[in-house]
Amino acid sequence: MIQLLLKIWHTLDDRLGLVKNLKPLMDHRVPKESKWAYVFGSATLFAFILQVVTGVALATVYDPSATGAYKSLEYISRQATLGSFVRGLHYFGASAMILFIGIHMLRVFLYAAYKYPREGNWLTGVVLLMFTLGMGFTGQLMRWDQDAVWSVNIAARQAVRVPFLGKYLQQFVYAGDRLSGLTLNHFFDLHVFIIPGIMFAFIGVHLYLVLYNGISEPPKAGVPVDPKTYRRQYKELVKKNGVPFWPDAAWRDALFGSLVIAGIVTFAFVYGAPHLAPPPNPTLLNAEPRPDWYLLWYFAILAMSPHQLESGIMILAPAMVFGSMFALPFFFNSGERSLRRRPWAVAWVTIVVVGVCTLWYEGKISPWSPRFNAPPLPASMTASLNPSARRGAALFHDKRCESCHMIEGYGGLRGPNLSRAADRLNREQMEWRILNGGHNMPSFAGILKPDEVDDLLSFLHTRDFPSGSQIGSTQP
Amino acid sequence: MTDQAQTSTSLLSRRHLLMFVSVAAGGFATAIVGLPLIGFLIAPLFRRQPGVWRDVGPLSKFPVGETSKVTLEDSSSIPWGGADSLTAAWLRRVDEQTFQAFAVDCTHLGCPVRWEASAELFMCPCHGGVYYKNGEVAAGPPPHALEQFPVRILNNTVQVEWRKLPDVAENCLHSKEADA
Repeated sequence: MIQLLLKIWHTLDDRLGLVKNLKPLMDHRVPKESKWAYVFGSATLFAFILQVVTGVALATVYDPSATGAYKSLEYISRQATLGSFVRGLHYFGASAMILFIGIHMLRVFLYAAYKYPREGNWLTGVVLLMFTLGMGFTGQLMRWDQDAVWSVNIAARQAVRVPFLGKYLQQFVYAGDRLSGLTLNHFFDLHVFIIPGIMFAFIGVHLYLVLYNGISEPPKAGVPVDPKTYRRQYKELVKKNGVPFWPDAAWRDALFGSLVIAGIVTFAFVYGAPHLAPPPNPTLLNAEPRPDWYLLWYFAILAMSPHQLESGIMILAPAMVFGSMFALPFFFNSGERSLRRRPWAVAWVTIVVVGVCTLWYEGKISPWSPRFNAPPLPASMTASLNPSARRGAALFHDKRCESCHMIEGYGGLRGPNLSRAADRLNREQMEWRILNGGHNMPSFAGILKPDEVDDLLSFLHTRDFPSGSQIGSTQP
Repeated sequence: MTDQAQTSTSLLSRRHLLMFVSVAAGGFATAIVGLPLIGFLIAPLFRRQPGVWRDVGPLSKFPVGETSKVTLEDSSSIPWGGADSLTAAWLRRVDEQTFQAFAVDCTHLGCPVRWEASAELFMCPCHGGVYYKNGEVAAGPPPHALEQFPVRILNNTVQVEWRKLPDVAENCLHSKEADA
């Protein structure tokens, strides 16, 4: 039996040339010290393969039309056998892919592995990062729920701000002058055919370059990259001190990649498919579109930019970020790789990581968004007030002051907390502010009647330290 | 000697010809498929949707001073467009004969603004943009007032013209000129 199998194998190998052509690839020597820090690229690749497989599976049920997409998503999420699980796999797979491509890129930057001769590895990697984020954005749209529809609108509104080309970019986003039945079809084509096709090509080149240029050795201080001698030095290093890629180095990739897949499966099993917003009807206006977590930091940038610089930030910031990533290996392709000799690299990574995490946090709580559903102030807070102040407390809710101002834990975060307003402002100052508004506050002069202003002022006037602390203590 | 040289030049030119034929044939085949395909792909970029007047209800449906939501169907004819062909607008009756129809798109980034009737404000859920009842910016990041659709009254029926929203950039200029 074994004899027969061996014979079949030898026959096949003779015709296919597997051992002859692939064994050198498996055996090629890699630096012995390149260990756990090097597993994130392959983890990204495993996540990508999972996305292809789960995406193909979802496409057997998904209906890429404006009228059918949402219904088919509801069907996948609620009725199809294992549908919620498979959608969960695709969502958490996307999350993992974005997470690991980010970590992989940071690692490559910290190790200065973009230097000679691996500039091409870095450049194809930046392209893959852009397309991965593009897949994240277009993937979110595939749900074609209310959030997706308004996300398209938001993308179009940003596109139109690009000088000269803005109008055409907007038409490209909408697939016409305005959102229509074609919009989803176009994004479906991008998400399922065009971008993945380009990504396959770039992943092919990226992997070819990894093999051709070899896996970088961990940097050592005082051993700079010199393009004249590097290849010879690397060859000697892996000859003298290298190990065969398979299995001495690849086992870590296999183990870590499998754990990543197991993690994605666990998340998909526990949490299932991600949330589906209400149906994609542009006339249902109670929408609060938010991007998925991997783009939430960008949502925060759009809210926090100074208004006058906003168009510039929207267009220039991505251009500068990706532009400098593309420029990096052209300007710094030799010299020291060790972080001890590259303090600016450490500073940059710190700024990027802390910045993105802060923006994530801000995006998550989005203090700039009004709280439409803030409940009226409770009786415990208003019962002891005189009638005018009590009417003022009701106005505080009805006139939507509460959407942006918080009192004792009730209300929004956009404007200052008014729990102790009377400690900071006297009656005249408050009146001036209410009637005139400010940069982020409407003027209420044309909205409130004079007696309403009086009531509101009476109420706000009770918000001083003694009453605040007294009422505050009754709050849970 | 001369014979040999002649053979090699003729061989070379024969190879040149074969290369030329291969590249030209390939280029031709690519072009006759590629050019129509490119035309098909970029056609939506040049698809113009003309304006179209839509009935939104009888005059009596809209009390003076109030703002309510109306739905307009766009002028495109994508059969499977479904609700994507619909656009909402906030219709405000200023007085007996005057209406304003605001696009619901916040001029900041296009999130749908809500009419908060008790506060007489349009509020955006995304980045905190606020507008007064006449569409002027009240607070937050919006660069200019809410865009408006034309409104007319025909035989006691209110009509709003669905049309492509003006380009944001153009409108920015207008509002800046108005400010100055």
